[in-house]
Amino acid sequence: MRDFVQLWVYLSATPLFGLTATLVTYVLAQMLYQRVGQAPWANPVLWTVLALAALLSLSGTPYPTYFSGAQFIHFLLGPAVVALAWPMWQRRAQLRQQGLALLAAGLAGGVAAGGSAVAIGWALGLPGEVLRSLAPKSVTAPVAMGIAEQLGGIPALAAVFAVLTGLVGAVSGKYLFDGLRIAAWPVRGFALGTASHGIGAARALQVHPDAGAYAGLALGLQVVLASLLMPLVLRLLHLF
Amino acid sequence: MTLLQGLAVLLLCQSAGEALARLAHLPLPGPVLGMLLLGGALAWAPLREPVRTAAEGLLQHLSLLFVPVGVGVMTHMALLSEFGGRIALALVLSTWVGLAVSALVLRATLKGPATPANQDA
Repeated sequence: MRDFVQLWVYLSATPLFGLTATLVTYVLAQMLYQRVGQAPWANPVLWTVLALAALLSLSGTPYPTYFSGAQFIHFLLGPAVVALAWPMWQRRAQLRQQGLALLAAGLAGGVAAGGSAVAIGWALGLPGEVLRSLAPKSVTAPVAMGIAEQLGGIPALAAVFAVLTGLVGAVSGKYLFDGLRIAAWPVRGFALGTASHGIGAARALQVHPDAGAYAGLALGLQVVLASLLMPLVLRLLHLF
Repeated sequence: MTLLQGLAVLLLCQSAGEALARLAHLPLPGPVLGMLLLGGALAWAPLREPVRTAAEGLLQHLSLLFVPVGVGVMTHMALLSEFGGRIALALVLSTWVGLAVSALVLRATLKGPATPANQDA
């Protein structure tokens, strides 16, 4: 038993632990997700995050120790954002034709999501740094962190808000679209990519290839729009 | 080999994007500039097959990449236990607003005669 404890103390402090725990938990969550016919409530990110947070808390492993291994997976977010050029390039003819409609929908959806988050949070009396971390929540996590930093929010909190936002969209989007009688796959995918970035896009990709492509496009568009508009928002904030 | 070539192209674009963002003081993050650069570079046909292999592989498992950041929720337990309910309300409602607004605007603007292919299913 003492040997086992020593082994655990050693292993849980190496990068191998964070990497292995993340991958194994995700693979198991993915198998469950397939088993229940990809039901939205069984979202693999949701259950992987919950299981890992519980595992770390119960074993007393600090988050930085976990992240020293998980950072190898986290790093791939950068190349993944670059890779979004591919689904967009494949549909460049469509995009050129629908460019204005997509731009209008992306802009309206992004402003509505970020603006309503700050407005609701403000009305509920949330502190300023939480509001500033809420503003970029519909942009994909690594970009949301950078924007929150510029706004004076907490980058790590902004990243968590972004992931939670992605989960809300991925889990509840289907019911919202069905309720609004929005049936077209490109429209459903685009809205998921706009309001819940990569996690919404991942869900869209699994549901239908058209939905996935438009979600990837929307996610890329949100990143560009948010990055370009943020200096303007900053200037507005300085006015108050 | 194709996969490695593709990954090399993605990393090169990201590096070029990071360099460009810093040198030209652009407000865009490096990976976003990298995405725009890759979009231009794909005009060169020999890049397409490697990039397709690497991009499809990465994007297929996109949701896994958010797990490490998501687990970070455990480091904000104090803040979340104090404001958790209100934060959850703001996150859920604003996400629904964003989903509904973008979907309704896109459905309205795509209703033009030029896009009959999108009226089905």
